[in-house]
Amino acid sequence: MSELTLTVMRLGFLAVLWLFVIVAVQVIRSDLFGTRVTQRAARRPAAAPGSAQGARQQQGARPPQQQQQPRRENRQRRGAPTQLVVVQGSLAGTTVALQGQTITLGRAHDSTIVLDDDYASSRHARIYPDQGGQWVVEDLGSTNGTYLDRQRLTAPTPLQPGTPIRIGRTVIELRK
Amino acid sequence: MSSFGLTNRTTNTTTITPQGAPNRRNTELVMLAFAVVIPMFAYANVGLAMDGSLPGGMLGYGLGMGGLALVAHLTMRRFAPYADPLMLPIATLLNGMGLVMIWRLDKAGPLLDSNYPAAANQLMWSGLGIGLFLGVLVLLKDHRILQRYTYISMMVALVLLAAPAFFPERKEDFGAKIWIHVGSFSLQPGEFAKIILTVFFAGYLMVKRDALALASRRFMGLYLPRGRDLGPIIVVWVISILILVFETDLGSSLLFFGLFVVMLYVATERTSWIVFGLLMSAAGAVFVASFESHVQTRVNAWLDPMAAFSPHPPDGATEQIGQSLFAFGSGGVMGTGLGEGRSWLIKFAAKSDFILGSFGEELGLAGIMAIFLLYGLLVQRGLRTAVAARDPFGKLLAVGLSSAFAIQVFVVAGGVTGLIPLTGMTMPFMAQGGSSVVANWALVAVLLKISDTARRPAPEPAPNPDAEATQIVRT
Repeated sequence: MSELTLTVMRLGFLAVLWLFVIVAVQVIRSDLFGTRVTQRAARRPAAAPGSAQGARQQQGARPPQQQQQPRRENRQRRGAPTQLVVVQGSLAGTTVALQGQTITLGRAHDSTIVLDDDYASSRHARIYPDQGGQWVVEDLGSTNGTYLDRQRLTAPTPLQPGTPIRIGRTVIELRK
Repeated sequence: MSSFGLTNRTTNTTTITPQGAPNRRNTELVMLAFAVVIPMFAYANVGLAMDGSLPGGMLGYGLGMGGLALVAHLTMRRFAPYADPLMLPIATLLNGMGLVMIWRLDKAGPLLDSNYPAAANQLMWSGLGIGLFLGVLVLLKDHRILQRYTYISMMVALVLLAAPAFFPERKEDFGAKIWIHVGSFSLQPGEFAKIILTVFFAGYLMVKRDALALASRRFMGLYLPRGRDLGPIIVVWVISILILVFETDLGSSLLFFGLFVVMLYVATERTSWIVFGLLMSAAGAVFVASFESHVQTRVNAWLDPMAAFSPHPPDGATEQIGQSLFAFGSGGVMGTGLGEGRSWLIKFAAKSDFILGSFGEELGLAGIMAIFLLYGLLVQRGLRTAVAARDPFGKLLAVGLSSAFAIQVFVVAGGVTGLIPLTGMTMPFMAQGGSSVVANWALVAVLLKISDTARRPAPEPAPNPDAEATQIVRT
């Protein structure tokens, strides 16, 4: 065998060995399965409040601008709250944009706001707009209760911006 | 930790859903083909360099190895469809490279001391290893079954570890009583004890982790565990010291003690256990080294590997480490090329403990780094499996098995390169040694089984009754 052939084979072998390592690292890279982001056009008409299928991970992420077009007239009136803010508790600083959807609160993982709070029930409360566009808070039979400004909720109650809702150690309020 | 589910009534909806690991069997097949081709390339390279022609049995060996790999792959498709795609190819590649190197050292012929053809034997053991690999994949339905055998596996492991002490020692054992000889057949039970002991550690720590982590006294800034929780650790410590004393097997005791410290730390998340474990192993090593001449020789050889080459070598000086360092040195960055080195200059255990020296010489720094990376990737996939595993037993078992593998690689590579005192252990998959190859294939099979369970996509969640529309009557 000529010296040249052997040198080429020697370097070629090292190259192939490293190629295997690099391909293996690429496989690992493609194997990092986190979350999948899918954009889809919602074909169904305005669904009844309460169905929470989408899961948005970015805290307080605002939807794109075209999504800000509310369908219903009553949501366009001035002074309507636009976001829900967690004021106190472990999630303090979190905001959720209000778009006429129901917001569920609780320790259950499919809640809109997953409360990491020892005093919260798994399905603790929900906040939803009624027919008139007025936001309503309702306690879902929680163990420790939902307090609207010191008052324990017993029935669905209309919610004014700036009024604190207290669930365990977490305080939430609507903001304009 | 929070997640937000927003249902938009508007035109566009962005959905971010957790994405399960896809079934990666096709990736595995491609990598596996790659992993079979590389040793064939090496085989051809050795043949061309040493004989000037392609080795005769190349097609046969290639087909045989490819066939074995294919059978393993098809079994994976059937019995562990979601398992990690990289472990099998990496193990195959390492095993294949080891086979080629052993064959190459066989060809060195009488130049190498006490040389005898070992490649065929090693090939048979690799076949047996893959057989056991398949057996574990098929028969072990769920790794959690192993949890039931926590204390049985402790007993089995102790028996396996103690067994060699009761068998007659042979001349070719090089001072370490770690073999069982039955006729012409020899077995190194410590390799299997490694896996079985990990099962015990995982099962024991899963039950005791809270007691170990929480019920402790604070003493001088360290959390000391209670006596009754400490018991098993003392037992393991004593056992590893006893192995050291009676079987003079530094490697295994290092492996078992390191393994236990790693698993304790993972189970309890207490740094004090690491401190405690290191102190205890250091104390044990110093204690044994103070009267065991075998260990002293190893330490002296590590401190001054070139002493044996001096005109007046001190007593018991060994040139083993020096020879392997020379091999690495003559390899340089790119190596001499497969089949072109002077590997026979490594006089002792060139095909087993010191096989890395031959790789270092013929593939150079570039090749040896690639090999270390392959070992690292295999360990990484094992630890990744532990992260992904849902059950605590699976987590601990995966951590234990991958760290046992990692510690073994570290102890061998560190010994051969002069980083730590040399201990008699085999490089997993590469070195000659039947038990080692078979046991490591079994280890990879258990890891793959855990990985399959961990990466299996969760079943679809049941429809949520609360998600239905509720009508509110306002009063």
